Amino acid sequence: MSATGWFAVRAPLSPRRKLILGIASFLLPLLLWSAVSYLPFLWHPQVLVTQVGDVDYLEPGMRVDRSVFAEEVASMQAAGQTPPVGEPANPVYLPAPHEVARAFYTAFTTEPEQKDAPWLHESLWHSMTIIFWGFVVSSLIGVPLGIVCGTYSAIARVHEPFIEFFRYLPAPAFGALAVAILGIHDGPKIAIIVIGTFFQQVLVIANTTRKLEFGLLEAALTLGTKRLRLITRVVVPGILPDLYRDQRVLLGWAWTYLIVAELIGTSSGITFFITQQARYQHFDNVYAAIAMIGIIGLGIDLLLAWLGRHLFPWDRSQGKH
Amino acid sequence: MSVSYLDQTDAVRERFARLQQREVILEVQGLGKTYDSHQGPVTALKDVNFKTHRREFVCVIGPSGCGKSTLIRILAGLEAHTSGQVLLDGQPVNGPGKDRGMVFQGYTLFPWLTVKKNVMFGLEMNNTGKNEAEAQARQWLELVGLTKFAEAYPHQLSGGMKQRVAIARALANQPRILLMDEPFGALDAQTRAKMQAHLLEIWRNIDITILFITHDLDEAIYLADRILVLKAHPGEVQELIEVPVPRPRSPLQFGSPEFLATKARLEALIHPASDASVHDEEDDVVPQVIRMTDVHDNVE
Repeated sequence: MSATGWFAVRAPLSPRRKLILGIASFLLPLLLWSAVSYLPFLWHPQVLVTQVGDVDYLEPGMRVDRSVFAEEVASMQAAGQTPPVGEPANPVYLPAPHEVARAFYTAFTTEPEQKDAPWLHESLWHSMTIIFWGFVVSSLIGVPLGIVCGTYSAIARVHEPFIEFFRYLPAPAFGALAVAILGIHDGPKIAIIVIGTFFQQVLVIANTTRKLEFGLLEAALTLGTKRLRLITRVVVPGILPDLYRDQRVLLGWAWTYLIVAELIGTSSGITFFITQQARYQHFDNVYAAIAMIGIIGLGIDLLLAWLGRHLFPWDRSQGKH
Repeated sequence: MSVSYLDQTDAVRERFARLQQREVILEVQGLGKTYDSHQGPVTALKDVNFKTHRREFVCVIGPSGCGKSTLIRILAGLEAHTSGQVLLDGQPVNGPGKDRGMVFQGYTLFPWLTVKKNVMFGLEMNNTGKNEAEAQARQWLELVGLTKFAEAYPHQLSGGMKQRVAIARALANQPRILLMDEPFGALDAQTRAKMQAHLLEIWRNIDITILFITHDLDEAIYLADRILVLKAHPGEVQELIEVPVPRPRSPLQFGSPEFLATKARLEALIHPASDASVHDEEDDVVPQVIRMTDVHDNVE
């Protein structure tokens, strides 16, 4: 183990290595998935029937367990009838990479099965607006409250014990209540995102605020800074890069509540698409939709990270995140 | 011929006489501070009394735990005292204010502001117009020789430069007194020497009274008119020494008889020789090093 080898402890990576390893982190799971899908001797617990032979209950395109298929072949051969023909296959819920890749395109171009159902891009857009409003509402209250809690011990003490309690309550538990109060459309969905995000947000941002070097506040006080200006001119700019990073993490948090939120009331957005496609056993579309959530989430995060590097030129810890 | 730290030349004696004539800027009367700890109440400061006159340079020195940092933080209004009072121009002070500028050991520059905006900060907090604040900031940056770095961010500066910005930032408010809490303690020896000379130059050229905390005896003698010597447990004033070294000061005086006599006196006050009873559990006792190798080719 040298200071520059692959296993150098906490060593900074060269840009080339960073790129290679970053691509590898996606390539390795993809490789595993491909191996399971394309190598017939790996897993493949079922047989996809291509010719039914003389077995009356089989149909072409059916999947049956390997042992059942072997029994049928044996019994047909014993009886001198035509045995069925098939090829090793994975269960229908594990489509191969190329099928999912194709679904990425076809899912957008295929007309919805129900007449008034939204197209995939409409579903995705609807999901993003739910996340957006949930996160905005949560941040409008959570960020200022977190900053004030992190600055004044008395305000923290009167809020944080209750928030600590409340954050352990699972947000979906409030689903029925949210529907009763806010109706069956977007209201309760946004509320679930808010409940799931807000309480963590206050605590995380209060903590970040507390980490601001106290000497900066003292210096500001000796320079004649008073009350509200201490917050607007010292605390807020002082924590801004960390606050921004927190918000990125919390936005990811909000995304994880999306599916649960969209199941409440009338199912909508990407969740509606996923449940519909699963019902028709179009698992390639299901995987494509799940992957799309990941791609959108990661894309937004990368965009925000890139933006952050330009917003805070003084931030020395940037580039590490 | 031995020189005492109490011997003053006529010039020095006259200087001190003139200093006494000047108005009193800061007056500390019977100042005390006790706080509660797990072992019961602790007296950090006890009955501290002194005055500083206009344009005087006072250093506060003492062993660790003597409460010199507590003292300056009380003067800045960052900590509360429990008895006595602090008067600035005759008015009692409670809480921080722009009339007392402070320079901290840890620089405490605002990392999100450029050097120029750091210096403008206090002016803007006290409602000076933006253009006026900018013009004044430029003057203070010129004073500390950092005009070229006006648009740089603090993390791009060296330690000495950061502390010059901090001095400019504190002076920009034109405080009645500049409080400095071991400001050069984190700097390397060479930079510290430069900063000491630079601070003396600033002090000579503007109307400012300075109270300077240090634990470096040479630094205190080189800079101060008078040195307030504190002792620990509890923090009390042990002596207020008038430094007999004539001004203007220069590093060449470090070997002068007055300088050495003053240093000898400070050492006697702060580190009483071989007084074992003074050692308490807080003092670092360096153990004897045991030989743990059998290498025989000693190079010493």
